[in-house]
Amino acid sequence: MHKSFFERLTKFSGALILVVLVAIFVFLFGQALPALTASEHSLNEIPWFANAGVPSVISYVLPLIFGTILSSFLALVIAVPLALGISLFIVFYAPKHIRQLLANIVDLLAAIPSVIYGLWAVAVLMPMLFPIYSIFGSTANPPRVLMTVSIVFAIMILPIVSSLTREMFEKVPVPLKEAALGLGATKWEMISTAVLPFAKNGILSSVMLGLGRALGETMAVLIILSPGRGFSLDVLSSGEHQTIAGNIAAQFPEANGLGVSALIETGLVLFLITFLVNLLSRKILERGVVK
Amino acid sequence: MEKLSQMQVKFLSTLKSGALLALVVVLGVSLTSCGEDPSNKSAGEAGISGNFAASGASSQKSAVDAWVASFGSENPDAKISYDPKGSGGGRKDLGAGAVLFAGTDSPLKDQEISDAATGGCQGGSAFEVPVYVSPIAVVFNLSGINSINLDAKTTAKIFSGAITTWNDAAITALNPGVTLPATQITPVHRSDESGTTENFTDYLSKASQGEWRFPKSGSWPIDGGQSGKGSSGMSQIVNAAEGTIGYVDESQAGKLGKVSIGADGVFVAPSAAEASKAVAASPIREGLKDGRVVVDIKRDLTADQGYPLALISYDAACTYYKDVNNSKFVKAWLKYITSEQGQEVAHKETGSAPLPESLRTKISTSIDAIK
Repeated sequence: MHKSFFERLTKFSGALILVVLVAIFVFLFGQALPALTASEHSLNEIPWFANAGVPSVISYVLPLIFGTILSSFLALVIAVPLALGISLFIVFYAPKHIRQLLANIVDLLAAIPSVIYGLWAVAVLMPMLFPIYSIFGSTANPPRVLMTVSIVFAIMILPIVSSLTREMFEKVPVPLKEAALGLGATKWEMISTAVLPFAKNGILSSVMLGLGRALGETMAVLIILSPGRGFSLDVLSSGEHQTIAGNIAAQFPEANGLGVSALIETGLVLFLITFLVNLLSRKILERGVVK
Repeated sequence: MEKLSQMQVKFLSTLKSGALLALVVVLGVSLTSCGEDPSNKSAGEAGISGNFAASGASSQKSAVDAWVASFGSENPDAKISYDPKGSGGGRKDLGAGAVLFAGTDSPLKDQEISDAATGGCQGGSAFEVPVYVSPIAVVFNLSGINSINLDAKTTAKIFSGAITTWNDAAITALNPGVTLPATQITPVHRSDESGTTENFTDYLSKASQGEWRFPKSGSWPIDGGQSGKGSSGMSQIVNAAEGTIGYVDESQAGKLGKVSIGADGVFVAPSAAEASKAVAASPIREGLKDGRVVVDIKRDLTADQGYPLALISYDAACTYYKDVNNSKFVKAWLKYITSEQGQEVAHKETGSAPLPESLRTKISTSIDAIK
């Protein structure tokens, strides 16, 4: 009796997640539909839409998709090696008495709200970055460019990736590590042959979690980036990129009617992107297990 | 048991007489205060109570807050909420009857007026009157320089990217005696849709003698470049780096350098008084019905006609409200905010430019027609 009640409860909870997910999709799609089916003429009544000079909401969202993925990808490129280095150092190299302290400090970064990161970037980071950017020929001062956004994203993801991978590294069975050392491996060889392969799945899922945060990050983009509608790979010029989340936050307060609908359509696209990213990572993980 | 009920009765009767006494005191106080201060006309009409909803332009939000506070001190039972959802949203709400009045940075469109007639205005008609005028300052960041002169043509060239350094001949020619550095110019615009941008682009397109190729637009017409969200975003960027130039509500300019705009050797610095002057010198649009008052600011004013780069924000309302209480409120509200006193309150709180007297008379006639 008790068991079946508990079983039902867990089944219900599990199903609820799916229902919520489907409900979100249905809501987004329903709200986006007016914009998806609207004529070019009526879409052009939205001032920011008319300025984009595009015929449909689909072509409106393309540069935003580009900006979203580029900024998140760059953030991962910066954050993942750094995070792995931090957690490897904490678990295997740092003196025992400062391990916990270091771990706590890194975890603390995750507790800082993104608006604080944004303000900090504007007040402290950007004046420091401009001299560095200008070496590479950037003239955007203040450096409200995609590279700055990605660097701030990277700092935001760092604690997520690092604390999850640290836990993974700590779970590597002692016999496994000792076997590697016993075969004459150096510490680094032990890490690369025993620890990293063991923790591979954990690393990948932590990266995916970090990517999720970067894809949806809004406040920092809003504060840091001078938006534009380009497909440029020049991440050091201003007014070239914009992310989906940043664009929604910028235009939503004054949007109405079809404008809201067009913004929800871009939200739908963001939803699908995060969904695909997660699906893809699952597939990669499954393949890893089979091998 | 009996004792208890007796006590209850006694307690209740004391409570009643206490409440009565309080009521009498309150009434007495409010009556005497009316008697003492004849300028409190809106309070004299009394009995304005209830919840009143409005929505619209965010530009006049801080002025509305100031008005709500001062109007509320005279009409403590009137609860007014203003949702700064944007001009377009406010006008739509008025048309649908969701709000009693709407703040808007641009005049009503014909479609919206006919929507309101069949919708929110319940057989009446929608009209708008100017309530808030705010000078927009062209601000820049050059250390040691507080003010420079620019004509609209040069400003257009700067914002379109045709002029790229501060010591360009076109700028130095307008500023004899000022040593301008060779710093790169970084023009900054608003990334969100805004009435400030609409008025600035209107100024550029009308006063720059064809140099600015775009029509007026609430959304910046040129892709790329530096931009920030909201007045705060704009001033933060201009403050952040040397060589930047942007446009922002004059009250938000802070310590930044301000451009005196003009032509032919006569330049006017942004100020509330000069903006009022420019509004007074601008034509009121002709041929409008139902008490609509729309001012088309003349952007290419000549000398001593004031500062033409200003934003006019309107309140749109209905000529008829089914509920007497609502029409009483809208009438009292619009009367108050467009009065000399109301304009002064807004000026003190937000640095807005008081409406010129000639315009106030016309506005007053329109408001009186509300039924």
